[in-house]
Amino acid sequence: MDTRFTRGKSTILERPLSRPKTEVSLSAFALLFSEMVQYCQSRVYSVTELQTRLAEMGQRVGASMLDVLVLREKNGKRETKVLNMLLFIKVNVWKSLFGKEADKLEQANDDDKTYYIIEKDPLINAYISVPKENSSLNCAAFTAGVVEAILTHSGFPAKVTAHWHKGTTLMIKFNESVIARDKALDGR
Amino acid sequence: MSRQSNRTTDSKKMNSELFTLTYGALVTQLCKDYENDEEVNKQLDKMGYNIGVRLIEDFLARSSIGRCQDFRETADIIAKVAFKMYLGITPSVTNWSPGGDEFSLILENNPLADFVELPDNHSTLIYSNLLCGALRGALEMVQMAVDVKFAQDSLRGDNVTEIRMKFIKRIEENLPAGEE
Repeated sequence: MDTRFTRGKSTILERPLSRPKTEVSLSAFALLFSEMVQYCQSRVYSVTELQTRLAEMGQRVGASMLDVLVLREKNGKRETKVLNMLLFIKVNVWKSLFGKEADKLEQANDDDKTYYIIEKDPLINAYISVPKENSSLNCAAFTAGVVEAILTHSGFPAKVTAHWHKGTTLMIKFNESVIARDKALDGR
Repeated sequence: MSRQSNRTTDSKKMNSELFTLTYGALVTQLCKDYENDEEVNKQLDKMGYNIGVRLIEDFLARSSIGRCQDFRETADIIAKVAFKMYLGITPSVTNWSPGGDEFSLILENNPLADFVELPDNHSTLIYSNLLCGALRGALEMVQMAVDVKFAQDSLRGDNVTEIRMKFIKRIEENLPAGEE
């Protein structure tokens, strides 16, 4: 194998992409996530900044997960339609990351660019109690980052934000261009 | 506490890849925020310590393990019960020092470092240093001062990943835990 790829340090590229599922304890994750939130908090001045930082970390996770998920779950086939892409997230992405489908996927009544993924009790927030003075803080901003990266890197640029509504709602706002393209595809 | 009656002792599990990548995102962020690897190592150790201090309580409650007779028993429990419970792996305990106060944990695969390759400009980064902090923090809460560090790391080209643990002393007085 060309040493340019592995630099002789790791065998990471020789391992199969599909492999048995391995598990860690949720407590371990919860404690790690708590440290992450505290760390981010120590470096920002507002809830918005904190959520932005969490979202940035989530984006890294989403970007790394995307290719391997498409390969494992869809045999490498990419979605081209908005609805199928959203279903891929609701079903496949959620199942592999959180062990279950997302509770609900809805479209905004008055806006064809906006969709919602609703999760009553997100795993991420399982052990988090939000202080009263920062009640708008939703640490699922991290998950929003994951979803945003997956959409954006799949060719569906969007902004995703986390809100307290029916549990936690991730609000997905697609770029105009995405919706226009989808309509054009429908017309064919 | 009202919850005690229906508390289960097995902990909930989750996909290890999300855990791995989340840790990766954290380390990446730290590398961006700090100027050099030493600072990142220190920060990871500190976070690990905070985790260990809280983790021990969860561990004692779930495992219902009592006081260890000696350091050898502690080593076994860490490897066979604690690592298994939280990270789903069982490192082997080896390389005891003649005095029985120092041993190594050999990790065949390290869930924190799955998918990871270290770039050349981070050659002094101790990627999984969080583990050392966590072990140190957890043991400190059961009155053991222990020195924990990576002796070998497969991320840096070593054959195995080895964590070296050295018993320093029993902490006699049960001091209240500080915040950091």
